[in-house]
Amino acid sequence: MSAALAVDVGWGTTTAIKTLVVLGVVPLTALLLGYIFLLKMMSHMQSRLGPMDPGGFHGWYQLIGDGIKFLQKEDIMPAEADRKVFALAPAIVVMSTFLVFVVIPAGPRMVVRDLDVGVFYALAVSSLSVIGVLMAGWASSNKYALIGALRAAAQLIAYELPLVLAVVGVVIQTGTMSLQGIVRFQQDGAIFGFSGIGLPLILTQFVGFAIFMVAAQAELTQPPFDMPVAESELVSGYMVEYTGFRFLFFFIGEFGTAFAFSALAATLFLGGWSIPGVDGTAADVLGPIVLVVKVLFVAFLMFWARFTYPRFREDQLQALAWKWLIPIALANILVTGVLKVAF
Amino acid sequence: MTTTQPPGGLPEVEIDPAALRQLADARMNIELDTGDMILNLGPQHPATHGTLRLVVRLDGERVIAADPIIGYMHRGYEKLAEYRTYPQITTLINRIDWLSSFANEVPFIHAAERLMEIEAPPRAEYIRTILTELSRIATFLLFLGEMGLQVGAITPAFYGFRDREYVLNLIEAVTGGRFHPNFNRIGGLKDDLPWGFIAECRTVMAKVMESCDEFEDLVVGNPIFQQRTRSIGIIPAALGASYGVSGSNLRASGVDWDLRRDGPPYLVYGDLDWKVWTHPDGDSFSRYWVRLQETRESARMILQMLDALPAGPVMAKVPRIIKVPEGEAFVNTENPLGEMAYYVVSKGATGPFRVKIRSASFSNVSILPWLLRGCYVPDVVTILASLYFILGDIDR
Amino acid sequence: MSEATAEAPTWSETGSDSLARLDAELGDAIVDRAAMAGDPVVRVAPDAWRRAAIACKEVVGCDYLSFVSAVDWMPAPIIGDEGSGDTSTPAQPREQTVGLAGGSTRFQLLACVESTRSPFRRVILKCDVDDAMRAESWVAVYPGADWHERETWEMFGIAFDGHPSLRHLYLPAEFEGNPLRKDFPLLAREVKPWPGLVDVEGMPGGADDEEAAE
Repeated sequence: MSAALAVDVGWGTTTAIKTLVVLGVVPLTALLLGYIFLLKMMSHMQSRLGPMDPGGFHGWYQLIGDGIKFLQKEDIMPAEADRKVFALAPAIVVMSTFLVFVVIPAGPRMVVRDLDVGVFYALAVSSLSVIGVLMAGWASSNKYALIGALRAAAQLIAYELPLVLAVVGVVIQTGTMSLQGIVRFQQDGAIFGFSGIGLPLILTQFVGFAIFMVAAQAELTQPPFDMPVAESELVSGYMVEYTGFRFLFFFIGEFGTAFAFSALAATLFLGGWSIPGVDGTAADVLGPIVLVVKVLFVAFLMFWARFTYPRFREDQLQALAWKWLIPIALANILVTGVLKVAF
Repeated sequence: MTTTQPPGGLPEVEIDPAALRQLADARMNIELDTGDMILNLGPQHPATHGTLRLVVRLDGERVIAADPIIGYMHRGYEKLAEYRTYPQITTLINRIDWLSSFANEVPFIHAAERLMEIEAPPRAEYIRTILTELSRIATFLLFLGEMGLQVGAITPAFYGFRDREYVLNLIEAVTGGRFHPNFNRIGGLKDDLPWGFIAECRTVMAKVMESCDEFEDLVVGNPIFQQRTRSIGIIPAALGASYGVSGSNLRASGVDWDLRRDGPPYLVYGDLDWKVWTHPDGDSFSRYWVRLQETRESARMILQMLDALPAGPVMAKVPRIIKVPEGEAFVNTENPLGEMAYYVVSKGATGPFRVKIRSASFSNVSILPWLLRGCYVPDVVTILASLYFILGDIDR
Repeated sequence: MSEATAEAPTWSETGSDSLARLDAELGDAIVDRAAMAGDPVVRVAPDAWRRAAIACKEVVGCDYLSFVSAVDWMPAPIIGDEGSGDTSTPAQPREQTVGLAGGSTRFQLLACVESTRSPFRRVILKCDVDDAMRAESWVAVYPGADWHERETWEMFGIAFDGHPSLRHLYLPAEFEGNPLRKDFPLLAREVKPWPGLVDVEGMPGGADDEEAAE
């Protein structure tokens, strides 16, 4: 990113700017996704309007108002809760969200740090939230929270595998784990000689895309995989004792991670910020916009599934991961590897 | 009076050992048990449809034993009825099953009319049947929506409520009240149908049929819903009958029994051409499916009744102060939740001497200790949703 | 339909058939019988209560339990002022009475069983309960009687022999008394007497004013 600035301001200032940008972007993305999909799209699909008054125009201010409301609430902790762990748990969940945003590129030079092991890092870091969830469930000293946390732990660990295996196919085909490299591969690629739209990896890795979407849905504990947060049974599961700004952290974590996973899917399978043929300064400007559009498309699919399906029972969920998704993902890797070597 | 053992201990009796095993399982003394986790579902809980408290003993995610604790909504209707006149009791019993309140009044009014040897005019009987079937549709639409919600799909609940509004508007147009019509009088009805009701009713019935098709697509056809409800909470037919489980719950276990067709004739069901729906499986899915079909059947019945509605008065000649002659009467009807019955003992006064209210959900919920053994915690929610009880009906 | 034997009780066809089967099975245990809209009301001897249930289930074919409850035939104590013209509380009999199929005690058990098979059968069973306030439990025959008997025990005080765990159903565990007994007061009326028939004033500007103006 230092190259994007005309002036060389040194490492310290650059890092500070990057940190501030990420800190600002993450809640903003959570807000955006929350408003568009949770408040408006869900409402319209359920033949109702959603918030209309706050802010005047279709209630755009609703979530910001909710955020301010949460910030000024009393900090209630259950009497028997483990205070330090209780306070630390939401921080860990949100921290893992922030960390994923470090490698997501929004333009040819707009990425906090383009790691060579970008994909590996992103997936590893996103699974840190399991620790936060377990801490939340245990520290709440509430049986419902504990059940929710244990379900979450089992589910999140189980669905890490299909997530990673689905991405391995992409890595084999592109030959690099760096996200910028994957985007470049898709931008410069060609389909049987026709290079008009590049080579979005969704065309060859459609199985991987499907598995990634299912596994991402489970990683986000969204219906149909929301057993840990089963609202009609556990009433928020591991989050049940959290109020005020701690709950806000969980909320930001949930929707920020939804944005992060959608961004990963858009980058890995749809070409990220790139439009074939557009390069240079135009890409600097258009890149983020293109990325957001692709992210909204992927998020639309995720949230549409969320509002439509009932939830799986825990054992059915595990059976789906271990008996179906992992074998299919392994088969996908095999086929990709064979085709990569053959062609 | 607060001991849990009958005074004098348990005497020697001959009991069938299989029944004894079953009863031993159902018997709970939860407070003394340690080791497994005891989870308290309710009385405030989204899954229990009201103030039902379910104390379950869990081993991991499996239920070892369950004990429903009811009575949080007990209003003492049977005691109150001894101090009220018959028209006053009609107001009370509306609130037993508050989602289909018109249907609660019918058996009581019939019992009083039988004791007084009064017959309501045919038009009144037709309108009573129409309103009963409308309340059946209203409560089943809510069920179709909220069972999806309990299983995790948020959207069907909104569709259920939305479509139910049309039916509630109809009931309000006739009776003045959406939820507690209090429209029956001994000898007939309070008032006649409003102008334009028949045409509006036809339109709404068409909407109801469309809505049922939507539920069939959205919920019944959904593979996850099927996975969550098939083979969950199977009630064997004979056991269900001996527990007193009735209505759609029993028909979903394959028992071809509907009081509208099989019991002593009441209202105008005998004049209509309709079908009783059963399903052989007896699991939660079949309970959902049977109620879906019954909603459609009710809509068809209403269309037939609208065509055949006779003209005439809606109220028979009835003295101003109602004094019901001495006698006893027992009337049971097929309410949306199951079999509802009133045993009315009258001693010639303006109010009854004793009213025994037999409500359907009471017996439907009494099978829970047997039904919930060995199932997972999420299945508890599915089973509770599929049995479809109303707290006012359990607790009276 | 009165309990006096002025007219011979008439049963429907299935009612007569059910009654005949019960007669064959129970014989002397049936103390009295009556008809209610064609269905048999049968009063059995106290020691044959469970035998009657087994007979209904196996011989008559009534596999469905409707309810088990009780009736307290004692007249309710009078509330409120006798000669005040307060007609809000229904006037009740002044001395102990009996119902269909007779009875000789204050408390009577009342139960109804039906058949889910065709033809539709219904049998209403009654049984006297003497001062010892004990009766046989139906739980081994109809498992659903579990909750019905718990409710009868807590509302009337009748204990059931053979019931697995007779404890409170509706009322809190420390509750004292049996609410559905006639001598248990309906507290609302004790705490705050019913205002009775209230003289309702007409709406202002309505018919009353017009009549007064003329």
